[in-house]
Parts: sequence; C-alpha cells; structure tokens
Amino acid sequence: MKLAVLVNEGPYTHQASDTAYQFTKAALEKGHEIFRVFFYNDGVNNGTRLMVPPSDDRNIQKRWTELAEKHKLDLVVCIAAAQRRGLLDDSEAKRHGKDASNIAPGFRISGLGQLVEAGIQADRLVVFGD
Amino acid sequence: MADDTMEEGSNGGGVIKKFMFVNRKAPYGTVYALESLEVVLIAAAFEQDVSLAFIDDGVYEIVKGQDTKSTEMKNFSPAYRALEGYDIEKLYVEKESMETRGLTEKDFVVPVQILSAKEMADLMESQDVVLSF
Repeated sequence: MKLAVLVNEGPYTHQASDTAYQFTKAALEKGHEIFRVFFYNDGVNNGTRLMVPPSDDRNIQKRWTELAEKHKLDLVVCIAAAQRRGLLDDSEAKRHGKDASNIAPGFRISGLGQLVEAGIQADRLVVFGD
Repeated sequence: MADDTMEEGSNGGGVIKKFMFVNRKAPYGTVYALESLEVVLIAAAFEQDVSLAFIDDGVYEIVKGQDTKSTEMKNFSPAYRALEGYDIEKLYVEKESMETRGLTEKDFVVPVQILSAKEMADLMESQDVVLSF
C-alpha cells in the first residue's frame, strides 16, 4: 500500500512523534511504500538538527534522518509552521536575515501543498497527533 | 493567510478526493484551529472536495463575537466567512457538542449543517482523507 504520514506533535513532549516513527519503520519493513512524511504543527520540531537529548535516551531527529537515508524517505516540514517556530534551512535563514539555519539532514522545507498532494497520491494518509 | 498558499500547482493529475477537516479544539488555547484552517485553504486551492467538521470544543472556533485584543492573538474567525469564496460550503457541527456547550445554530459566524454524532460518523466514513486537528 502507498502510505503518507502526517506528524503533528513535537519530539519528547508527545508520544505521537515516536509512534509516527515506529509506524513508518514498521510499514517499510512490511514492504509498504511511504510516499511522504509531512511534519506540521509542533511536529516541525522533529526536524531540528540542534536537539541534544541525554545520551541514554533516543535521538528522535537522528532516527528520522537515518530512516530517510536508508529508505530514501521524503521528509517534508511545513514552511509556515516551521517559520513560526524558528526552524529554517539555509535559504530561508538568508531570506529572513537570520544568522543560522537548523534543519536536519534528510528533511526539507516546503509548502502545505505537499501535504494535500500526499493526501491525493497516497492510498491512506495516517495522522499522528493529539 | 499563509504566504505559501499557491506555490505548488499539482493537484495529482485532476484527482479529486473528499478531504474532511475535523476541528476539535477551542480557537486560541492551542494553534490547532488556526493551522487547520491554513491546510483547508490549500486543499481548496488544489480543487479538492473539502468539508469541515466541528466537534467537541472545536465548535467554539466559529462562534460569533470573538475578541482577542487583550490576548494579543489574531482573531481569525472572519476567515471562516471567507471560505465560501473558495467554494467551501460543507460545514458541519456535531449536535451533541453544540448543545452541551449551550450553543445554537444562531451563534455561529457561518451557515452550518447540524449533524448527530451518528450522522457525523457516517459522513466521516464516506471520506477519502480525514485530517484531525
């Protein structure tokens, strides 16, 4: 089955972010296709490369980045939600006169159209939120 | 609303799916209502068959007379009135949620259809994509 995943909650605060990862990983292992993982609301914070969790805990961003590398996943962060929350890539940082970008490898910033397109293209859009 | 509204044009080769946005939260306590509305507008730009459901505290999103001045938040309730201009006219309120909160159809900023929980469940069942906020 062709699946799309929507992650609406932030890392460590809410289990939705962990469950979305576990679901995506399990779906891939079962041979399903993941058309796209879209990060919205506080979910965009899963994509910051600056998170430094304690060493005996999971690193949520790294986990996504590694899964994306392994399976060529398309991890998309909503631009409007990201800008509100201070998540920027190089070109957005430059455009807004900020001195740094913080998006993690494997993630890209784009518009909400990417979420709607995922809803159209996938057989199922699975939402992980509050 | 969002400045990225029209940036992608692909609507998936003319495919039209039924998108339902389920709004469950009060408008200003959390960002969900506002960010749900932003997706609604994009789905409309992609010419999808969009409907909105208001259940639980989500019914407060469309209540008349919202005044956010003292909280320094943006009052986005007028945006619901603009949905008609995007051909979004399927707005549903769950009867039980509305009545529990002492509201009636006259309290809303937009015309809505009132559905029982059972009718709402059936309507959800008929959708292709359900986004819950």
